[in-house]
Amino acid sequence: MVSATQDETGRLRLLLVDDEVGFTTVMAKRLTRRNMEVTMAFSGTQGIQTLRVKQFDVAVLDLKMEDMDGIEVLKIFKIMDPNMPVIMLTGHGSEKSANEGIQHGAYDYLTKPYEFTELLEKIRQAAISIKR
Amino acid sequence: MPFDDILHKLLPPDLTRTPYYRSLLRNIVLTIISVSIIPMVVVSSTLYLQFRHSYREKVNDHLRELVQKHQQNIDNFLQERLTDIRLMAARNGHERLKDESFLQRNLDLLQQEYGSVFVDLGVVNAEGNQEAYAGPFKLAKAHYGDADWFHTAIKIDFVISDVFLGLRGLPHFIVAVHSSASHPPWILRATIDFVAFSDLVNNIRIGRTGIAYILNREGKLQTSPGARPMPADIPNPLLAKALWDNMSAGGDDVRIALKKDSSGQEGIYAGAFLKNGDWLLIYQQNAEDAFADLDQSFFIATVIMTLGTAAVFLMAFALSRMIVIRTAKADEENKLMGQKVVETGKLASIGELAAGVAHEINNPVAIMVEEAGWIGDLLEEKEFQDGKNLEEFKRALAQIQTQGRRCKDITHKLLSFARKTAATAQDIQINYLIEDLVALSAQRTKFSMVEVKTELEEELPMVRVSVSELQQVFLNLINNAIDAMGNKGGKLTLSTRAQKGFAVVDVTDTGSGIPAANLNRIFDPFFTTKAVGKGTGLGLSICYGIINKLGGRIEVASTVDVGTTFSVYIPVSAGD
Repeated sequence: MVSATQDETGRLRLLLVDDEVGFTTVMAKRLTRRNMEVTMAFSGTQGIQTLRVKQFDVAVLDLKMEDMDGIEVLKIFKIMDPNMPVIMLTGHGSEKSANEGIQHGAYDYLTKPYEFTELLEKIRQAAISIKR
Repeated sequence: MPFDDILHKLLPPDLTRTPYYRSLLRNIVLTIISVSIIPMVVVSSTLYLQFRHSYREKVNDHLRELVQKHQQNIDNFLQERLTDIRLMAARNGHERLKDESFLQRNLDLLQQEYGSVFVDLGVVNAEGNQEAYAGPFKLAKAHYGDADWFHTAIKIDFVISDVFLGLRGLPHFIVAVHSSASHPPWILRATIDFVAFSDLVNNIRIGRTGIAYILNREGKLQTSPGARPMPADIPNPLLAKALWDNMSAGGDDVRIALKKDSSGQEGIYAGAFLKNGDWLLIYQQNAEDAFADLDQSFFIATVIMTLGTAAVFLMAFALSRMIVIRTAKADEENKLMGQKVVETGKLASIGELAAGVAHEINNPVAIMVEEAGWIGDLLEEKEFQDGKNLEEFKRALAQIQTQGRRCKDITHKLLSFARKTAATAQDIQINYLIEDLVALSAQRTKFSMVEVKTELEEELPMVRVSVSELQQVFLNLINNAIDAMGNKGGKLTLSTRAQKGFAVVDVTDTGSGIPAANLNRIFDPFFTTKAVGKGTGLGLSICYGIINKLGGRIEVASTVDVGTTFSVYIPVSAGD
């Protein structure tokens, strides 16, 4: 179903970095059901650590987390894996930080609270764009 | 009460209807009148009474002095005439005076000295027969044996008689001396001219009505009235009696009394005894005349008081009216200002609260919606496909998602109401925006039987705004206006005008209007008069938030059953 995958099973490898556990968990379940291999990280630090040990096709990154500024995490992601598309999650009315993210190489952004279908669509677009 | 009626006519009708302003006016008027008039009356009447007292004292003193002086003059006159006769009798003796030519010479001497005071002289013997006579009348052998003066003279040796007509038929009185020591005893008598004597009294005149006269014990006049007419009731035995009683203390004292005469006119009477209490010298004058100056000053005082009172009343009314009108205006302004301040503060804090709530609710709702989606995902499993309630599950999940999205819409709107950051602004001409909106709403207005009219000011200045936000504002107002006109439709007018640094858009409908009680609340978030589920009550809050952020304001004027006008003031852009 997803064309560009590096998973041996053919599934898209997705990193979900968001400290809102409840929401992230249900999203992860629904994405998994749609044939994705989803890894969750509930803080910026945890996200960076996860990316260090595993490669991902697409990352979804919340810009507003307790421990780290999302933009900083984005910069580190882009250094660690410049080709991995990163979809940012921004708060309502935070178009400014979304723009900043785009400037730092983010692929796209979603305004929270987003709906599952929106997320799914963005991930698919991002997956297609992967240049590997 | 007529006073209240007058008061109420003073105020503009809208204030008259308010009991508060009515009683305020009344209280101010009464206060001004009482604090001005009471002291004025007290001071003026005290001064007047004081003045009247001293003035009357002065008049009385003057009269007393006058009467006293004349009393002495008259008494002296009488005593001197008596002394003249007495000296003549003593110096010349009976024998010489019996000679009529000698008597005539003496009369001539007296008349030379005193003028016409002495009319005639006579020598009378102890039986009352006149022995000698000098004078103009033919009284040579007159008999005075029955005359009162004769008896008195015999008894006490001298007499000054009352005025009487006597044998000659003219008013006169007699001064006589009885020489009882000689043999035979004889009497020298002289007739005093009544007119000459009267002149002594008639000279006493003050004012228009002052008149002096002499009464004897019987109340008979002893003087002629002279040029001035006597009061009708003089001589009046009753008045004379009253005066006599009043004067009975006698002596040199001058008594002053105020009495009403028969015509009811008050007179001032000053009296003094003459001739050892036989006669009474009376000076009388109308009180009105005597106190003419007093009456005049009373009149002037009254006029001043009346004018002053009128001025106080006028001032009280005018001032109170001004105060009440100003108070009403100030109250009105205060009320408006108070409302506005409350509103801004209230809306700001409500906005913060709403934003907080929206944030807190967003995530749980999003999770609920997604969990519902997850259940939907799971329902795809084969094990559930055969469940008899599968359709019901799907319907319930769809409902959860629908309602969840509705929650999200509301929180989204709340957040945009509270949002402080400016959206991208650009300079626009509002007229074009309004025309676009009219076109955009055409479908809905036609359906609602609403006639739309635009009155656009061509010279409208540009404003710097976010088009989408401003669209949201006017769409909201237009939709509200259409809703207010209900099923029967009406007229919607969109007009623009420029006013002191603002571009103003008036949105006027002919709808049901907004009751005064609701006017203060229409901008409150969640305040709605629409049925549950038909409106969120956020539309006007968002409009308010957007316009407020622009530095403008929204004003509402509404009359129930007539319609409502929302006026949106948008500041013109700085470059314009």
